[in-house]
Amino acid sequence: MSAASETGSSGFTGRYIVDIRGLWTVFKTPAAEFVIHKNLDLAIERGEVVSLVGGSGTGKTTLLRQILGLETPAKGTINILGQPVAKLGETGAASRVGMLFQQGALFSAFNVLENIAFPLRELKTLPDDLIHDVALVKLQMVGLGAQHAYKMPADLSGGMVKRVALARALVMDPPLLLLDEPTAGLDPESADGFVSLLRSLHQELQLTVVMVTHDLDTLYELSTRVAVLAEQRVIVLGPPKSVIAFTHPFVHEFFLGARGQRAMELLREYPFAV
Amino acid sequence: MAVSTPQSSTDASTPGITLTQTPTGPCAVVMGRWTAAQLTVREVWASVVAALQAVPAGTKSWDLRPVQGLDHLGAQLLWNQWGRAWPADVQVIPSQRAVIERVAKYSTAAPTIPEPTWWGRFNALGGLLLHAFGHVKDLTRLIGQLLLDVVKLVTHPREGPWRDMSGHLYRIGATALPITALVGFLIGVVLAYLTAQQLKQFGADAFIVDILGVSLIRELGPVLAAILIAGRSGSAITAQIGVMRVTEELDAMRVMGIAHGYRLVMPRALALAIVMPLVSVWTTLMALTGGMIAADLALGISPTFFVNALPKAVDIANLGLALGKSVVFGLLIALIACHFGLRVEPNTESLGKGTTASVVTSITVVILVDALFAVVFKDIGI
Repeated sequence: MSAASETGSSGFTGRYIVDIRGLWTVFKTPAAEFVIHKNLDLAIERGEVVSLVGGSGTGKTTLLRQILGLETPAKGTINILGQPVAKLGETGAASRVGMLFQQGALFSAFNVLENIAFPLRELKTLPDDLIHDVALVKLQMVGLGAQHAYKMPADLSGGMVKRVALARALVMDPPLLLLDEPTAGLDPESADGFVSLLRSLHQELQLTVVMVTHDLDTLYELSTRVAVLAEQRVIVLGPPKSVIAFTHPFVHEFFLGARGQRAMELLREYPFAV
Repeated sequence: MAVSTPQSSTDASTPGITLTQTPTGPCAVVMGRWTAAQLTVREVWASVVAALQAVPAGTKSWDLRPVQGLDHLGAQLLWNQWGRAWPADVQVIPSQRAVIERVAKYSTAAPTIPEPTWWGRFNALGGLLLHAFGHVKDLTRLIGQLLLDVVKLVTHPREGPWRDMSGHLYRIGATALPITALVGFLIGVVLAYLTAQQLKQFGADAFIVDILGVSLIRELGPVLAAILIAGRSGSAITAQIGVMRVTEELDAMRVMGIAHGYRLVMPRALALAIVMPLVSVWTTLMALTGGMIAADLALGISPTFFVNALPKAVDIANLGLALGKSVVFGLLIALIACHFGLRVEPNTESLGKGTTASVVTSITVVILVDALFAVVFKDIGI
């Protein structure tokens, strides 16, 4: 291991990049209270790619938003890179965590290069030409040519939007990257391309990745570990193979049900085919 | 011991460069954390710039091994310092080499935006003209379609979107009453006070009824109401229809064979044509009430006298003119709002632009058309 990778680019040396302990999430409506997470613990180590899966309403995206500090849990602590999550939102947050939103969330008023350079430019420290160079490097790192630099987000395809959003999330080389449904809304071919891009960036940049996904292909392709959310907590956390072996109705339905069906599809004859 | 005291951890992580003399020439030893988190701190950046400038231009020998962290920003900075080529003698560890090589690979000149040529400018001008012509064409088509739809409604009244229309009447008209009342009342008060100050000097106190009556009933009431409704409901209509474009609801309607003009434009246009005169009368009444109270307080003109003198001061033709104007304003606001709403492209930026353009255009058009009315009907009612 090199000096650069031993400490990551953040200077944080602890074991757990994300450390969640005793987390309670409660949604209150005037009529009732819904407990989404109850005493949830989750620790994610450096260099892992952890997929959060679970049925709808189990609070996967809520957990992701809590890791980002966009929502505050009712109880419990969340430490990111050894610091409480509340400190994450301070100036320069882009150097600690990157987030890829489901729809990309590119600023529609800026062109591609301005979008990527935005977190750096807002700090108002570095000269414009250096920021320009850095943004252009990031644009090409996510597999887009320099000729797309001055396009507006409205002129990009879905796959390109995701790539630009990824470049923006990585512009300050954060050690932690969060992904919300990275391949949702992409056609299979762009989804495959995006997944292999994520994998190569994960290896090259020694990123720690937390993602929410429903797509089994993405999940198997990327995850080193899978966390299954059910019964208001993480019922199992482990490598994909061991998670599939876990006995639980949701795990069975999610992994074996869909996979089994797909396998059946291939085997089945189509009597009504014309 | 003879070694220097160990630096504190913050000092060690601060990026910096030390120059050492070797037999082959000066060697720049890079240390600290060359990462975005460090380099974007203002003081650190200033010291790094100073350190980079202190390195003699022709330094061929660089040692990066003491660096504790090198990310793409730091690598870019060094690469630019090296004039985008590897120095003759450089000591790096493999992970640093990988980062720098990636930066080197992608550090290309930015694509240049071509300078506009005269032919390009000429074409752009043509594009602008065509764009403006497109607006005129679309608006004309919209008006024509509205006429056809109204004929259809009159001949087949049972198929009309009546429920929709009553909803618009309520939302555009009834819910606008409080705000128009407040604005009208205050304008009436302010106008009466200011006029009273002037009239007192000439002892022409009684003429306040004439001034307020004509200005409020003929001009300010309808225009004020129209501007408020344009800002309030014009923007809402554009946003509603624009969102339907963004979410493909408009396409869904068309696929089902439901005409936009008949189902979206006509109910709004008719609702505004009905509501606008009513709101205008309401605003005028409120403004007159405000004026009446202010006249009583400032000049001692009793409300009884005010009400008795008003019919003599204001010709009945003014009322008809005000109502007619309001109907035209209402139709124009609805048509412009629908026009910009239907022209929204399926992205959010276009939605914002369309809404702004709709409000600005409808307010401008209201004022322009009001001026037109003033010129055409200058002999009537005064």
